[in-house]
Amino acid sequence: MEMREKILTFIEKNSRVDLKELAIVLGVDEVTVANELAAMEQEHIICGYHTLIDWEKTSIEKVNALIEVRVTPQRGRGFDSVAERIYNYPEVNAVYLISGGYDLLVTIEGKTLREVAQFVSDKLSTLDSVLSTKTNFILKKYKDHGTIIAEPEEDERMLVTL
Amino acid sequence: MRNPLSERIVEIPFSGIRKFFDIAAEMTDVISLGVGEPDFDTPWHIRDEGIYSLERGKTAYTSNAGLKELKIEIAKYLERRFQIHYDYDKEMMVTVGGSEAIDVALRAMLDPGDEVLIPQPSYVSYVPCTILANGIPVIINLKEENEFRLTAEELEAAITPKTKVLIMPFPNNPTGAIMERKDLEAVAEVVKKHDLYVISDEIYAELSYLENHVTIASLPGMQERTVLINGFSKSYSMTGWRLGYACAPKVILEQMLKIHQYAIMCAPTTSQYAAVEAVRNGDADVVAMREEYDGRRRYLMHRFEEMGLQCFEPYGAFYAFPSIQEFGITSDEFATRLLKEKKVVVVPGTAFGECGEGFLRISYAYSLDKLKEALDRMEEFVTELRAKRK
Repeated sequence: MEMREKILTFIEKNSRVDLKELAIVLGVDEVTVANELAAMEQEHIICGYHTLIDWEKTSIEKVNALIEVRVTPQRGRGFDSVAERIYNYPEVNAVYLISGGYDLLVTIEGKTLREVAQFVSDKLSTLDSVLSTKTNFILKKYKDHGTIIAEPEEDERMLVTL
Repeated sequence: MRNPLSERIVEIPFSGIRKFFDIAAEMTDVISLGVGEPDFDTPWHIRDEGIYSLERGKTAYTSNAGLKELKIEIAKYLERRFQIHYDYDKEMMVTVGGSEAIDVALRAMLDPGDEVLIPQPSYVSYVPCTILANGIPVIINLKEENEFRLTAEELEAAITPKTKVLIMPFPNNPTGAIMERKDLEAVAEVVKKHDLYVISDEIYAELSYLENHVTIASLPGMQERTVLINGFSKSYSMTGWRLGYACAPKVILEQMLKIHQYAIMCAPTTSQYAAVEAVRNGDADVVAMREEYDGRRRYLMHRFEEMGLQCFEPYGAFYAFPSIQEFGITSDEFATRLLKEKKVVVVPGTAFGECGEGFLRISYAYSLDKLKEALDRMEEFVTELRAKRK
């Protein structure tokens, strides 16, 4: 594996790793790792360092929905301009162009069901290029970003084996 | 009442780690670096095939030597990874872990009085299995200055007219030592000169960090005098499935198979179906796990260096074998005090042979976070020991 790939593979799972430690694990010096990271941030290969939170365990209410959107592509700009109109709303978490029965998959986060419903009916559906929407509320997250949300597993191995 | 027990069995000692269990059982917040098995779960696609085989009702015995489908895949794997060809039908059997293969090979090959050369430090079962097979274990004490590799001179010095079998335990548990091609070539010359047989326990073959593992059976003239043992436990993180295999010349394998047939019948069927998936589609998992271990290995060596603990660089398995001779206490005392004072479990080198005195086996089959915490505690302990000695 290339050094960049090694760094990315590691930090994709643990972006909080100490630089020095990462350098030791990868068997290179710290400056190399720091330079590569800086370059990849610059090149927008690394787009952010986020935190995976299980909001269910907090007192904060969150409602998430996946919205399937059918749109009319625009002459010369295809789906990009309508996608941009949509992703600029701060309520929108993600926008993907999809092959298949609809065009855009939009994920929304709101405080309440009503807030999300209102966003869909007031903002999203009223856009000129939007033909139809179908809102799917997320009831429970089992796994997100490759991480199983349930309790971390205990090490079930015996303490000493030869 | 008559004594119900066999004297020979009673004379074989229990393994030396019992007491660490007992001490640790009374404590909370213990961190262990004492485990001899991977920390990864078996990759899901392999588990899934095991489950699927149960759903299809694949719950009967397989043939004694193992599923044909599995043996064909193993033969392809050995060819692909280690450039050695075996006839899956006549030279291969699937066993209950590498452990059974060691036992069966020794029983098939030894007559009373035959001597078996066992390099130590090494895994704990070679000596008792030799005794149970009526053989006489002869220990070769490996040296730190040779990075615990076996040299031709050491081998030559241990050979007597009664020597029949040499055990080759590399990559090594507990030292992490490997044998490179040139090391193996030197040993193979001596083996051929004295007309010995080799039982090569290569269960850690996939965990080699310097170069691709070389099997001694692939050297000229060696396949006909080698029993090659490997398995799924370490490479695919499948310890609990209990599945290994042995490859050997037909004359030896038939006799091994006879013992297996009478004592075991066949290896677990579910495990065999899962293993087909492992060898067929598991190469990428092996690479990913090896990379992960390699990173931890570098971290561990770095920490030893930082705390001034002398340790040769181990290139195999997932163990390091640092020296604690500077502290002037035995490995057992060091390990016991480390557990009692800092709640860290390590295994004294003496559990793997007398020449392990002065060393500890540290396993890095743990997440980086766990390793870090355990090594922080160990560093404190080492610093305190040094302060007291001044």
